[in-house]
Amino acid sequence: MRVLKNAWQWFDDRTGISGSIGPIARHPVPPGTGWWYVFGSATLIAFTIQVVTGIALSLMYVPSSSQAHDSLLFITNEAFLGRFLRGMHHFGASAMMLLVGIHMIRVFLMGAYKYPREMSWISGVALFAFTIIMAFTGQLLRWDQNAIWSTIVAAEQAGRVPIIGEWIARFILAGGTIGAVTLSRFFAFHVFFIPALIYAFIGLHLYLVLRNGISDPPKPGQPVEPGTYRNWYHSLIKNRGVPFWPDAAWRDVVFGVVVIAVIALLAIFVGPPEIGKPPDPSIIEAYPRPDWYFLWIFALFALLPANIESYVIFLGPLIVGLILILLPFIWNKGERSPRRRPWAVGIVLVIVIMVGTLWIEGIRAPWSPDFSAQPLPVEVVGATSGPVHEGAELFYSKGCEFCHAISGHGGHRGPDLTYIGDSLSPDEMTWRILNGGLNMPAFGGNLTPEELDSLVAFLQSRRVRTGAKVVD
Amino acid sequence: MNDKNEESIESSGCNRRQFFSKLSITLGGVAALIIGFPIVGFLLSPFLRKVPEVWRPVGSVDSFKVGTTVVVKYLDASPLPWAGVTANTAAWLRRDSEDKFIAFSINCTHLGCPVRWLSDAELFMCPCHGGVYYKDGEVAAGPPPKPLPRYPVRVRNGQVEIMASPIPITTI
Repeated sequence: MRVLKNAWQWFDDRTGISGSIGPIARHPVPPGTGWWYVFGSATLIAFTIQVVTGIALSLMYVPSSSQAHDSLLFITNEAFLGRFLRGMHHFGASAMMLLVGIHMIRVFLMGAYKYPREMSWISGVALFAFTIIMAFTGQLLRWDQNAIWSTIVAAEQAGRVPIIGEWIARFILAGGTIGAVTLSRFFAFHVFFIPALIYAFIGLHLYLVLRNGISDPPKPGQPVEPGTYRNWYHSLIKNRGVPFWPDAAWRDVVFGVVVIAVIALLAIFVGPPEIGKPPDPSIIEAYPRPDWYFLWIFALFALLPANIESYVIFLGPLIVGLILILLPFIWNKGERSPRRRPWAVGIVLVIVIMVGTLWIEGIRAPWSPDFSAQPLPVEVVGATSGPVHEGAELFYSKGCEFCHAISGHGGHRGPDLTYIGDSLSPDEMTWRILNGGLNMPAFGGNLTPEELDSLVAFLQSRRVRTGAKVVD
Repeated sequence: MNDKNEESIESSGCNRRQFFSKLSITLGGVAALIIGFPIVGFLLSPFLRKVPEVWRPVGSVDSFKVGTTVVVKYLDASPLPWAGVTANTAAWLRRDSEDKFIAFSINCTHLGCPVRWLSDAELFMCPCHGGVYYKDGEVAAGPPPKPLPRYPVRVRNGQVEIMASPIPITTI
């Protein structure tokens, strides 16, 4: 024991470590910071999980376009704790996205980005952007069918940038097509480039917390005045400040442990996302979907009016980035309390509701044709021969059912046709089927007159009362 | 150092200290360029790599029926040895008449997802955002801004050949 103590004293004397870390840990913070202040440190904890589990996964992951898929299957199905590690890394990423978002909203609502903490906000915006890039590149390292099609979707989005769009797209793909160097490129970005930037910006972000102090809990009627704020804050800290460790830090520790525990439980009981089909671009049967945090953007791309979409894809992220960076310059003083800032609360509500709605739409994806639709069961059709029966078969084989549902079977791209016989006459139906319109293809060149008659007969039999009883 | 020298430097508006800081910053910049050049070069190397024009045979003429559209699979223009299955690519090949073939890109012009051919409906449908195309590649419904791109296709020695092409990128 004595030896250890002596060794520590020698080490501390030569390095001065307790003299430099101690005051940082015990630096005074405003009183009453409370539970709202835990999300920043929780994000850092989620990031640490990502670093540790990421390094562990890299021990077996092979960043080669031809072998990554096999190595992932091995990690998931055979390697000791491999499934758990992949689960931790996956839910760690989800936690990071979620916590970055909550942390940003908290800082915005409490006006903590205002004078003198503008640079904390701006470095935080950069960290937010890096987190998004990490989430996206990480999803691609799951080098399966979904990953390669997500890569192509990203390249196509980049293609909408004026003039240099095609260059950026080729830069993302690392050439004209998906190939041998595509994955290595994403691996390098996910494992070296972006993490290096994240470390640098976390350093700056934390340094700024120490330089400008943790923001005091906002009180209504206590606006930030750049001329007097620093003096006021210093006297607050001097008179009523409490040491960060352990007075405030214990909440960070408690919440951080909860975050780790939740991620671990999800990793065990839900597990990592499936590794899909091999990354073979010639396999047509694909159903590309992004991970949950990008699902709302996926929905946005389906719902935007076609004529402005290309511009939104390119200008949208630019404008959002610009607004986020300019925010602390536009609103850098005045009230901090959300109770006195109805606009701030309103903006957050609008964004949360908008993203939430798009997110739910993204899960349902009613705009996608339902390729899994099966021919209508005979109870629904109500006939085993004759025009109605033939019409029902055509309803499936001509692809109608991929987009239109009848009695709960089929897709949701177009209107539900369960009772279409009540609202459209045979002539109206014929016209619509032949000419299409309102986002429906024209089937004029694809149906014989007899087929058309059967299809109309079948659709006419879709009525509230008579429903499935029309038998010919 | 003699005083004369310093005086002469000062009189020209630059003292010893300023000179050293300028020298150090310039040398640092040169060092950064030397170290940074290979990284930037490597990042941009896909643009510098010459991709040859390659015609890939996808099947004998007789194996395609007039009026049908089928998926054909072939290799990229110049796959690297470790590309594995990522070197594969595909096209929708339509035999329009006895001697007319059309090769459509499988990539939707909206955001590049692989379109599927529904042979009875004679439509291409995209699984991502619901783009639909007719058998001639024209947009039938949904968000695609342009018809399905076509690849060069030819018949040589009884074989249908498609030119291995880059993934078409829709630009504004």
